[in-house]
Amino acid sequence: MSKLRYERPVIKKLEGGMPNKFGIRSEIQTVTHIDGNGVKDLIKEYGSPLFVISEKTIRSTIKKARKAFEARYPRIQFAWSYKTNYLNAVCSIFHQEGSWAEVVSGFEYDKAIALGVNGKKIIFNGPEKKEEDLSKAIQNDSLIHIDHLDEFYTIVELAGVLGKKPRVAVRVNMDTGVYPMWDRFGFNYENGQAWDVINKIMHSGKAELVGLHCHIGTFMLAPSAYAIAATKLADLALAIERKYNHEIKYIDLGGGFPSKNTLKGAYLPGTDTNPTFDDFAEAISSALLNSNFKKDNLPLLILETGRALIDEAGFLLGSVIANKRSSTGRRNTIIDIGVNLLFTSYWYDHKITPAQSFTHYTEETCVYGPLCMNIDVIRESAELPLLNRGDHVVIHNTGAYNLTQWMQFIALRPNVLLIDMDEKPHLIRQKETVDNMNGMERVPEHLK
Amino acid sequence: MKLKKNIAVSESGLLFNPVTGESFSVNPIGIEVLGMIREAKGQEEICAALIERYTADKITIERDYHDFIDLLAHHHLLERHEEE
Repeated sequence: MSKLRYERPVIKKLEGGMPNKFGIRSEIQTVTHIDGNGVKDLIKEYGSPLFVISEKTIRSTIKKARKAFEARYPRIQFAWSYKTNYLNAVCSIFHQEGSWAEVVSGFEYDKAIALGVNGKKIIFNGPEKKEEDLSKAIQNDSLIHIDHLDEFYTIVELAGVLGKKPRVAVRVNMDTGVYPMWDRFGFNYENGQAWDVINKIMHSGKAELVGLHCHIGTFMLAPSAYAIAATKLADLALAIERKYNHEIKYIDLGGGFPSKNTLKGAYLPGTDTNPTFDDFAEAISSALLNSNFKKDNLPLLILETGRALIDEAGFLLGSVIANKRSSTGRRNTIIDIGVNLLFTSYWYDHKITPAQSFTHYTEETCVYGPLCMNIDVIRESAELPLLNRGDHVVIHNTGAYNLTQWMQFIALRPNVLLIDMDEKPHLIRQKETVDNMNGMERVPEHLK
Repeated sequence: MKLKKNIAVSESGLLFNPVTGESFSVNPIGIEVLGMIREAKGQEEICAALIERYTADKITIERDYHDFIDLLAHHHLLERHEEE
């Protein structure tokens, strides 16, 4: 007689109290494959943990975003936010899809140039732009978004040395009715700082003011805030035109659109509540079209959204190391994915699904990473099926920020795969080795 | 080791403790284990029966058995005379 599939015995207390007005929890689904590739097979070949990026999802998401905006506004340009995910393969997909590059450091700038991005299609943001970086950007005719007056004076100086007229935009911060108001970057709209730098640029004659930029926050759940931002920048652009008879070529509303992740403390899952591209497109486009721009003179609308375009394309595959009980009887499951790889677990309740079949019995589980650090918690509380040692899990929506903010801490960083449009896997970043790490270090002679 | 008196376990896996009014759900293999505990079977006998019936090794079954017993104790469902 063949044996039955094993599931560990479990008993779960039935809690009474108030029923959830939103009904029962969503059923957990097994995710055994990613774009046609078995999770088990991928882990067997490339190791665990393993980052997997879906090219299909990236391309379908950027198409969805473009469609939402292009249907509502005639002049749209996306610029890929390198800091969100600057793996060369990922950036190349966005560039193939027509996105410019939006960089915030000399390192990112050099990456974009190395990928063959035309310097004129690189937007250079951020508070730290070293002189050598600015020189490169000026020579390449890139779009330099000025963050502070010190930077402006450096640009003026370099323009004189290089004999070129840099193309610049002013980063503006403003009150859009959301809290917290981001005012650390750029120049304030309400108190006149923005006008002050605009006047300086226009009177200097040393730089060409081509755009206005703002980035009002991150994981923004209110499209209406973008409408306010668009209105304020449109008013500013029109006022510049009136005062200086100078046309602002583009308005850059930055990024900040949320992905489908669920923020910690949110009552409902992000998939149900977070605004869509259509919601943002409607708010922004309406604000710009309702402003006083002439029909044939609408500025280019640039969007630097990162998270919303890449998060869903990223999966983090891992394995169960062990199960144990806490002092209160709660189940603790330790997996081989820690906060060193999944930085975003600090602010999201990431969706975790098992990669093998299971029964409908679940247990409230605290999911820990493998690091010998108390803060290494992936989910404080997740209703999960009865996972056993060696079982595999898939963590969803991990494409944004994790592959740039991950840390080589305690353990080495794993392989990253891209699954292409034909469902063929490609290794796009090799796992680190001890030699990689030691290769950067030097031990002084007297310590040998 | 015994289940406390008056604890009711249905075939569908609902366990009720009339003393505290608490209810629990138990999965099928858990019901089997509870049944064997009621029949006064000990750890070795229960684990051997599970190894015979299910696709799992001895270590896994013994570890999970202890985890299950610890949970029963945590929910005050056991009279652990031998240990006390």
